Amino acid sequence: MAEAEPLPIVRLKHWGRWVSAVVIVALLVLLGFALAQAQIEWGSVPDFVFYRVMALGLLNTVVLAVISQAVAIVLGILIALLRRSANPVAKWFAAAYIWLFRGLPVLLQILIWYNLALIFPTISIPLPFGGYLLHEQTNVLISAFTAALLGLALNESAYMAEIVRAGLNSVDSGQTEAAKSIGMTPGATLRRVVLPQAMRVIIPPTGNDFINMLKGTSMASVIGVTELIHAANNISSNNLLVMETLIAAAVWYMVVVTVAGVGQHYLERAFGASDRGPASRVGKALRGVPLVRSARV
Amino acid sequence: MSEPLLRAVGVRKSYGHTEVLKGIDLEVHKGQVVCLLGPSGAGKSTFLRCLNHLETIDAGQVWVDGEPIGFKLRGGKLYELREADVARQRRDIGMVFQRFNLFGHRTALENVVEGPIRVLGAKPGQARADALELLDRVGLAHRAGAYPAQLSGGQQQRVAIARSLAMKPKLMLFDEPTSALDPELVGEVLAVMGTLAREGMTMVVVTHEMAFAAEAADEVVFLADGAVVETGPPDKVLKAPEHERTRQFLARVLS
Repeated sequence: MAEAEPLPIVRLKHWGRWVSAVVIVALLVLLGFALAQAQIEWGSVPDFVFYRVMALGLLNTVVLAVISQAVAIVLGILIALLRRSANPVAKWFAAAYIWLFRGLPVLLQILIWYNLALIFPTISIPLPFGGYLLHEQTNVLISAFTAALLGLALNESAYMAEIVRAGLNSVDSGQTEAAKSIGMTPGATLRRVVLPQAMRVIIPPTGNDFINMLKGTSMASVIGVTELIHAANNISSNNLLVMETLIAAAVWYMVVVTVAGVGQHYLERAFGASDRGPASRVGKALRGVPLVRSARV
Repeated sequence: MSEPLLRAVGVRKSYGHTEVLKGIDLEVHKGQVVCLLGPSGAGKSTFLRCLNHLETIDAGQVWVDGEPIGFKLRGGKLYELREADVARQRRDIGMVFQRFNLFGHRTALENVVEGPIRVLGAKPGQARADALELLDRVGLAHRAGAYPAQLSGGQQQRVAIARSLAMKPKLMLFDEPTSALDPELVGEVLAVMGTLAREGMTMVVVTHEMAFAAEAADEVVFLADGAVVETGPPDKVLKAPEHERTRQFLARVLS
């Protein structure tokens, strides 16, 4: 073949990209114009952000979300273990639990717990030989905060059970066999070998769920828990600046959610430590495939 | 001759309606190396996994050092043990897997010290020193801090052998330890196993490496279709097999 003449290369013009970029920017500019017309007292928003009742709302939102998520994780692990157990009754119970608590809307669950006193005025745990371990008015036992916590935690525990189950299933059965072969008990195998490696799969969706949980606490406002929405409504019922107070609440939600997102990033990194290395996950999996090879003498 | 260290009697195992082990007998004396050979599907690996109760047997018995594995003998009956009690029996039986199965979230050193510290209750300082010595024996002391994903297959398998040895087992089981390795990495693992054999470790090895069997085994057991076809010293079984099945198999793998 003859020596090729150096030919200039003409790159493809991405006209579509230019057009879509222009459209997006134009729409954003229009939105900006519209917002500028909006009758919002921007000046009052920073004040509302730092109102005392807002601080209380923020505290309740965070505390409610953290406790609910923590309870949900513990219950979720338990339910996931029942779901994986060899006992058919335990398996069935776990499936029914997930079906129920995942199936009902969170708001409905919160309302049921809040109104429990209507059907059970008192809650008692009698002792076998007379007397009570617990005997109390339901209204005293289940405050609005507790009702919200129960509703949020139990609903989330059903989701956590599925997340944990997926995580446990993601760990190769060879890991369990290796642990058994050095004489580890089933409990130690779970704690030391399976759960730590399941974490890689469990953490990302759990972080996702926790962010949902932070926002889900807003439903507690319906039964009068002073979380961020309730706090915002508190302020606006005095000054009628509804949008301004809601924006103040929105600012806090964004702050809290951003912090949670950063926390998730570091957690993921901590549990992914052993992934650093030349072999990718796929490479590792492929290396386990037995080679067909002729034997040599 | 003395009582064998391992004695399997009439071991049977079925999956559903398929009987994969049809009554297998095996005796292994202290310090002996026994290689299990046979075509795939013969039940070699399943049988090996019955020896430390990773698989429950349907009938027969497995005795290691006078104890029925997975059971307790009382009043002429074998009572099935709880998993935690089986775990105690497994301390003395090391196992090396085809796919290494190193704990992926722990370094080579952490893999080796896990058993001694968590199961045997060894002091961490002593366990680390012992583990480093073991890693040195398999030629990997310099990789003690590496995670499994950072090691080659051959290196992973050598760490896995060290992890088993750390429990000071009476008996070591090898389940096709070189079958998942690239050809150029097989030698390093076989070398470690050869050394172990010469040092007097009692070993049961499922393998396709005929050269290893010929050189290291005291006895070769040829299995096919869930039953023992032929047993004997490697010189006899590999060089002058009596049975047609054995001859066919050898002709195929050695060609």
